[in-house]
Amino acid sequence: MKYLDEYHDDQVARALLHRIEATVTRPWTIMEVCGGQTHTIVREGIDQLLPDAVELVHGPGCPVCVTPLSVIDHALELARRPEVTLCSFGDMLRVPGSSDDLLRARAAGADVRIVYSPLDAVRIAAEEPDRTVVFFAVGFETTAPANATAVRQARDLGLTNFCALIAHVLVPPAMMAILTSPANRVQAFLGPGHVCTVMGWADYTPIASGCRVPVVITGFELVDLLEGILAAVTQLEEGRHEVENHYARAARPDGNPGARQVVEEVFEPCDRAWRGIGVLPSSGLRLRPAFAAFDAARRFPRTGPETREHELCIAGAILQGRAKPDDCAAFGSLCTPEHPLGAPMVSSEGACAAYFAAGRPARQGGDPPV
Amino acid sequence: MCLGVPGRIQDIDDSAALRTGTVDFGGTRREVCLAYVPEAEVGDHVIVHVGFALCVIDEVEAARTWALLEEIAALDDELGASP
Amino acid sequence: MSCPLPLPAGDVILLAHGSGGRLSAQLIAELFVPRFADRELALLGDAAVLDLPEPAGEPGRMAFTTDAFVVSPAVFPGADIGSLAVFGTVNDLAMVGARPLALTAAFVLEEGLAMTELASIVDSMAAAARQAGIRIVAGDTKVVERGAADGLFVVTSGVGLIPAGRCLGPALIEPGDAVIVSGPIGSHGVAVMSRRAGVAFDTDVVSDSAPLTELMEAMVAAGDVHALRDATRGGVATVLNELAATAALSMTVDERAFPMLDGVRSGCAVLGLDPLYVANEGVCVAVVAASDVDAIVAAARSAPYGAGATVVGAVAHGEPGVHLRTALGATRPLLVLTGDQLPRIC
Repeated sequence: MKYLDEYHDDQVARALLHRIEATVTRPWTIMEVCGGQTHTIVREGIDQLLPDAVELVHGPGCPVCVTPLSVIDHALELARRPEVTLCSFGDMLRVPGSSDDLLRARAAGADVRIVYSPLDAVRIAAEEPDRTVVFFAVGFETTAPANATAVRQARDLGLTNFCALIAHVLVPPAMMAILTSPANRVQAFLGPGHVCTVMGWADYTPIASGCRVPVVITGFELVDLLEGILAAVTQLEEGRHEVENHYARAARPDGNPGARQVVEEVFEPCDRAWRGIGVLPSSGLRLRPAFAAFDAARRFPRTGPETREHELCIAGAILQGRAKPDDCAAFGSLCTPEHPLGAPMVSSEGACAAYFAAGRPARQGGDPPV
Repeated sequence: MCLGVPGRIQDIDDSAALRTGTVDFGGTRREVCLAYVPEAEVGDHVIVHVGFALCVIDEVEAARTWALLEEIAALDDELGASP
Repeated sequence: MSCPLPLPAGDVILLAHGSGGRLSAQLIAELFVPRFADRELALLGDAAVLDLPEPAGEPGRMAFTTDAFVVSPAVFPGADIGSLAVFGTVNDLAMVGARPLALTAAFVLEEGLAMTELASIVDSMAAAARQAGIRIVAGDTKVVERGAADGLFVVTSGVGLIPAGRCLGPALIEPGDAVIVSGPIGSHGVAVMSRRAGVAFDTDVVSDSAPLTELMEAMVAAGDVHALRDATRGGVATVLNELAATAALSMTVDERAFPMLDGVRSGCAVLGLDPLYVANEGVCVAVVAASDVDAIVAAARSAPYGAGATVVGAVAHGEPGVHLRTALGATRPLLVLTGDQLPRIC
């Protein structure tokens, strides 16, 4: 596959690794923002191959992990309604709510369907007018244009049986929350390559200069990650803190204006609760009043009981990079992919699931995380 | 996050409300919404996320970056860097 | 070969077709029996009676297996639930070194199933059985209400004969053994998924469903094969884990060694799936004595469905389990999944 296979070139990858080794003179802590980047790092064993001085901590860039528990519970409530067809990306199906998940709900008779594209959900609504389609619209800025387009298409088609449960989150406020936390150890970021493909990187310049952290926009393949890490380490060693684009084949300074325009048209910023982190102001998106008819939360307000996270789950600390999965008392014992206590054990991008899949053992003893 | 896969545009349909096309990912083909790459033409490579093309791959930039990476690899070879 | 055999009157399966009365008899006599064309089956006794072949020397042993097939959609690029059922059964027998003798097929049909679809699947089973050299000697038919089965389910049992002196199984695996994969992985899963509503895509990939008996015979004749297992649901990763766990040994395989079609690589990339966990229906893993590996691979490559045979790793002393060596030489455990892989956007 062109523009994919060449970024798995192990000769180039090895050379980048050697260059990183030659550049590093002292310990550095770097956070990769995107779950997809975490996935590659763990799958390729990059964190094992890097010199000990370079520590990678996994960020909250997994919309599946940070979608609030109350929203998952709301989705479950809607899915159980007999007239509802709940359409969702595959990622969300195993995420635990307070007491259930969409896959189990489906087993119990709920009409839950996996879609690849939000437009598939609109098509289902058009083809099955007797069903009420609720599309579970999660994602970061990367997915927002697609979700916005789906809502707009439903409006243009005059569909009355389509609505979306919105749980969009934005990256820059999360990065700020991490950087301003008193326990923060992150000194540089591998920025979100596909988010920046849509948004550009204007939002990251003030973060880089204001918080004095390098932000290296990075892709998702083996060579991309190593290239990004090398650039971050180089900046750190040289005392620079700039935004650098190392996903030049896709990310441009002002991103994709057409995509941003449809997001602007359909969504507006709002405060959003992040699972495990808490409410971050202006960190999410909601439907504008003009599209209120397509808002599943308005059409079917939540009626269920209070949501509750499992008491042992330290997802919040993990998502902010303050703890690793194997710091958790429940990791690998009470909390496994078969019976996850929190979202990061479920999502294929979640740090806990990635650690588990890579066979990291539960840590014996050690200090509890902050 | 944001699984985005590169593919080559095989054909484009400008007739419907949303510009769409068939993208070939190398033996796998799917209809993709091209509304946000109005400048894209048949033969261009795009990055596709959830059935939407997010950008046209900048072949010049990709080549430039690749040349730099190959330099690093060649230098590494010369130095006979330790495993 | 396909004859334009007449279909029973009416165009869909009704509950009455499963009641054992006139419509049942008509369905069996007009749809199943002529297509399977087996003299014992045609007798429609309560059980099939088979002559056992005379042993040439020492008597061998019997292999006996069962399988249920519920794939949806029932028809997909390269195969259908019928051919899958036959080859799947034949392969289970082949993996323990057995030449296939006969199989039985029980059908659970959903009320409303189109007669033409059923006939087409039965034709496909008959053709697969002829290709694999196995007889379909007994069957059963039940019909359930609309919604209680997804079109149709097929349950088979199969019997085969293992020549005297031939013994295969994970208990025979030793440290130092080589691990071979017989061909490109992940084709079946990608082919089926391409037809699944919601994630459908257009693919060059067809199911690799195929009978592996001749491949097994070729490998066993060429050298010391310790264990074979066909990689079905859960992909090669699952099978490697099963072998390593039963043998209580460690196995290390190279990620880049696994052959796969471009369409599998790209299909998995688009959906965010790992090919190592994607289903196969015509691929097996062979664990063989290291001294014979070259001869066995050469023999596999000359046998039907073995052209892509490749060495992917080796067995060693150590904690039971499978490890994957990445391109840069890092290793990570290759675990078994909780359930099915799901497509992801993330």
